[in-house]
Amino acid sequence: MNVLWNLFWVFAKIGVMTFGGGYAMLPMLQREIVENKHWATEEEIMDYFAIGQCTPGIIAVNTATFVGQKQKGITGGIVASLGIVFPSLVIISLLAGVIEAFSHLTWVQHAFGGVRICVCVLILNAVVKLYKKAVVDKATFAIFLIVALGSFLLDLSPVIFVLGAAIVGIALKQMEGRKN
Amino acid sequence: MLYLRLFWEFFKTGLFAIGGGMATIPFLYDISAATGWFTRNDLANMIAVSESTPGPIGVNMATYVGFVTGMNEYGTAGAILGALIATLGLITPCVIVILVIAAILKSFRDNRYVNQAFYGLRPASTGLIAAAGLSVMVSNLLFEGQTGLASINWKGWILAVVLWLLSNKVKKTKGLHPIVFIGISAVAGVVFSM
Repeated sequence: MNVLWNLFWVFAKIGVMTFGGGYAMLPMLQREIVENKHWATEEEIMDYFAIGQCTPGIIAVNTATFVGQKQKGITGGIVASLGIVFPSLVIISLLAGVIEAFSHLTWVQHAFGGVRICVCVLILNAVVKLYKKAVVDKATFAIFLIVALGSFLLDLSPVIFVLGAAIVGIALKQMEGRKN
Repeated sequence: MLYLRLFWEFFKTGLFAIGGGMATIPFLYDISAATGWFTRNDLANMIAVSESTPGPIGVNMATYVGFVTGMNEYGTAGAILGALIATLGLITPCVIVILVIAAILKSFRDNRYVNQAFYGLRPASTGLIAAAGLSVMVSNLLFEGQTGLASINWKGWILAVVLWLLSNKVKKTKGLHPIVFIGISAVAGVVFSM
């Protein structure tokens, strides 16, 4: 029981202190999980991150599940994951309530008008960063372009593109392997 | 049943959004179009709030969407239940997948098919986010129902260029946390009536 409570609490703490998720979380994980609690080594955390990036879902949640599972099996994995989302639930619920209450005010609408412009730039920055890692040759460039245009112009679920790209990735690599 | 649908939509998002918080955006767009629970503008506001508050962005957005959806349908109590259900929906597939992988960790990392699939998945995920970004730009940098020069949101374009320069080119500001740029934009929005 004590271990589970500890898992929940430590990951809730990490959740509160992380702005933005992903790699922003790394320094916190190193301090809390590696140095203070000795729940995982530095290398294990890097492994969890690498796997988190190439598995479905939120990287922060994936890492929490890994560490929790290692400490206390399936229950530990679930409890640590609930811990990391707990602060978001509380903070966003409070904030969303406040924002909804004030959203009719003109100046609040103007503020969000400006903020939405910023969101455009933030998404653009994220795309540029991901693009550098993902687009490594002509084939990956083609996949990027087809998915970007297809998703923008057609009314298709992203699920279709994700499944299609996985199959195309395997097929391309298989053909490449046969040539060599 | 609204909550069942909410759970299912976020379960799908958690299962197919690969590569972190931003990867959930195209799925949220899809939910907005398919259900009408919230508008595209709502979504852009939520992204900004999620970036400016503690916690992983993807989780924050799920909580926010769940809250707003529950609120519109059943009021405050419904809102909190909605936030909880959307968030649990999002993390359920991640937790299951990781618990399975943790059991077979080594063979997963070295699996040829997994690596090959990701060769295609990474650019696809980037493409999906680019398309969602393009949609956000169209609905915020162009005015609806106008044509030609009248349709261009000049104030928006100027702010966008300034923000892009600050976050990419200006040495002193380019490493700053997104929350700083969001703050600047909120002030600019009020001052210039955007």
